[in-house]
Amino acid sequence: MNFLSKFNWIRHGLLTIGIMIVGTVIVAALTAPIISPYSPYDLDVTMMLQAPSADHWLGTDELGRDVLSRTIFASQISIQVALVAVSVGVIGGTIIGVLAAYFGGVTDLILMRLMELLFSFPAILLAIVLMASLGTSILNAMIAIGIIFIPGFARLARATTVEAMQQQYIEAARSVGMSHSRILIIEIMPNVITPLLVEAAVAFAYAVLLESALSFLGLGAQPPEPSWGNMLNTGRGFMAQAPWLSIMPGMALFFCVLGFNLLGDGLRDMLDPHLRD
Amino acid sequence: MTDLLLEVENATKAYRVGNHIFNKKQFMAVNDVSLTLRAGQTLGIVGESGSGKSTLLRMILGLIKPTSGNIYVRKKNIWRSSGRDLLAIRRQMQAVFQDPASSFNPRQSVATVLLAPLEVHNIGDKKMRMMKVAETLELVGLPTNYMDRYLHQLSGGQRQRVAIARAIILRPSLLLADEPTSALDVSVQAQILALLKTINRELGLACVFVSHNLGVVRTIADRVAVMRSGVIVETGQTQEVFDQPKNAYTQALLSAVPDPSKIHMARV
Repeated sequence: MNFLSKFNWIRHGLLTIGIMIVGTVIVAALTAPIISPYSPYDLDVTMMLQAPSADHWLGTDELGRDVLSRTIFASQISIQVALVAVSVGVIGGTIIGVLAAYFGGVTDLILMRLMELLFSFPAILLAIVLMASLGTSILNAMIAIGIIFIPGFARLARATTVEAMQQQYIEAARSVGMSHSRILIIEIMPNVITPLLVEAAVAFAYAVLLESALSFLGLGAQPPEPSWGNMLNTGRGFMAQAPWLSIMPGMALFFCVLGFNLLGDGLRDMLDPHLRD
Repeated sequence: MTDLLLEVENATKAYRVGNHIFNKKQFMAVNDVSLTLRAGQTLGIVGESGSGKSTLLRMILGLIKPTSGNIYVRKKNIWRSSGRDLLAIRRQMQAVFQDPASSFNPRQSVATVLLAPLEVHNIGDKKMRMMKVAETLELVGLPTNYMDRYLHQLSGGQRQRVAIARAIILRPSLLLADEPTSALDVSVQAQILALLKTINRELGLACVFVSHNLGVVRTIADRVAVMRSGVIVETGQTQEVFDQPKNAYTQALLSAVPDPSKIHMARV
């Protein structure tokens, strides 16, 4: 734990706040069945649209379900979708970007033009098109969001690989007779990982947001599955009578996205060699 | 006659200049260069920056594909070989690069760097490889406990010693050195040069030594080739080229070297 004691928590204040928020969300997602006061699915017609009270801290929705419990359970979907989507983006993007940079020429040309094609669509439009062709389900939402992330990671991976390739040790490795795969994995990958990690944290925030947007539009998590997006959509209809329906998932979404953004920015500051003391 | 180790036959490297598709302008980095090297000999290639000497070296190493021409190592064409054949050629020919700061992955230890060639060429078992690493470190004048150090902890001269160790650990017959001393302090330059000379002699290595420093080439090379704008303008025994240069460019190059005795005379 030498690293922890040496780490300057005050100097990296934003990173600390980011870690705390993200930590809270992850803990909530992992312990949802334990910490939720009610089941997120149990209907209770006698308790429809109740205002916050001692029994239901954040009130109930139009079917009498506990809003707090649903908000906590919704974090599971958000984290799950973000995790899978970012993994798809990072792995796919890294492979494409590194290969494009390493082999160059025609390979580079084809792969990167393909990436630009993906890039040229607005993210949400591309997600809707992909969901329309894949079918609406939470798994397809993960894949669609992951595909949206691929071009960004591919560009980043390509740029860092091009930089690493200019080092003489790549020439040295080639003249020793190392295979392409060995050079890529041992000599190039360690240089590419750090910037990708930072980008991944920021992408996480974006993935949470995109999942909510898709669920809001009815393309992601399907009712009765709770998701911040579809809870917001439901709350929209009861804005005047029961504003707590929208406020809670909205706040959860806001803090979750803020947390991942702070984490990403904080990591960038910490890992940037120019800012290191 | 000792056997022919390296043959470069009309090697040419042309780069397209400008972006225009129909622009046929070409820049000849290396233009129709031929040379040969026998086992155990040292050939110095001198020339100013941009004369194509490094490009030539990289073509011999199999790093830059020549536009035309052939390069043979022990009668095997390096640019027509692949897979195991290419690996076998590479084993005979190793390189020392110019910049000791970037010729190593800073994340690796000395042992990792030196084990890599042995692993790639599948030589010996783990124990034998470690012995070989220790033996090679001693040969280049580094203590064996340097094995666990990281490259960023070493000085420029020490790194260049590790670079030489990496090049000779496979016991090649040809060493290609691309300005191995130009990034070093003058006092360290002399040490590295002396080390290269000793190692070439002890291991019977042939060497292609590329440099813009005439003094350095003079001390190490048996034969010299002078390059300018991608062409070899003069070649011959080191002594002859330095004492009676035939080509006008070589004469100009030599006269540009400051002569300390003359500077002293002028002051008096």
